[in-house]
Amino acid sequence: MRLQTATRIAIFAVLELAAEPERQLSAAEIASRFGISVNHLAKVLRTLGRAGLVEALRGVGGGYRFRGNAKRVTLLDVILLFEPVGPAADGSREPGQDTPDGRALRRVLNEIDDIARATLSSISLATMLKLVGQEKSQEPLRRAARRAAVDVVG
Amino acid sequence: MAIVHRKAETVPAAEVAVRPAEASDLATIVALDTEATGLSKASYWKDRFAWYASGHKERFFLIAEHGKEPVGFIVGEVRAWEFGSPPAGWVFAINVKDDARLHGLGTVLFDALCARFRKAGAKTVRTMLAKDAQVIMSFFRSQGMMAGPFIELEKRLA
Repeated sequence: MRLQTATRIAIFAVLELAAEPERQLSAAEIASRFGISVNHLAKVLRTLGRAGLVEALRGVGGGYRFRGNAKRVTLLDVILLFEPVGPAADGSREPGQDTPDGRALRRVLNEIDDIARATLSSISLATMLKLVGQEKSQEPLRRAARRAAVDVVG
Repeated sequence: MAIVHRKAETVPAAEVAVRPAEASDLATIVALDTEATGLSKASYWKDRFAWYASGHKERFFLIAEHGKEPVGFIVGEVRAWEFGSPPAGWVFAINVKDDARLHGLGTVLFDALCARFRKAGAKTVRTMLAKDAQVIMSFFRSQGMMAGPFIELEKRLA
């Protein structure tokens, strides 16, 4: 499963803000952490703001702050703000969908979609932050392994 | 299987003790399950109690107790070599009293069961859930559980 760029940016932004809900971060600060375009991020943050997940604070020291409940907001909640998960939500037709072959294929694809939705709807931002923490704690080991690999090749 | 979280000022996880279930807990177990599922299954729980609370070294039926009051339970056992799997702890049920949720009692129960699984030689803990059981799935996810190497398949029997 691949996520669109806007969706990935939204997940990164919301995780960054939810990690410290009292902290305010500018779009530029968030963008620089993930190497993404500030303009693209600003559009994404507007969508997140309309959904009530972040709030924009104006003035000196302004920026963005997380507004949701990290234990209740799931990855699926964020993703669905930017793209559908599963069959085309716009009702568009797929070639051959009403043939026996098309229906059989849809049954198999629905199985995959169901699992994707169940997975994404069960992972809260709080759980994601734990996973991020695990990845961070393993970074020194990864760096050491990369250095060792370079030494062997070099 | 059901776990629900709700505000409970009076039952902080630090004040909860976990102990093996006793016969006198059966009525509370049935009541907690009925509260969560809306279905009273007294004979089912009597049967499960006889199996899991028998003192067998790889089966566990644990009660979370606040003061003298049972406020939750968890059930599991170590099973080995099904579908080639090395010994693994299976969680079959977890439940926390409706007004004692959202204070980490589920985590206390889960940790207590995992400790017993480890002692019994299991290296993995697993469970099976309905795909639409979002709340309980989120709970297990919050404990660090991820999809494992098995997938459930089924077919309607004509």
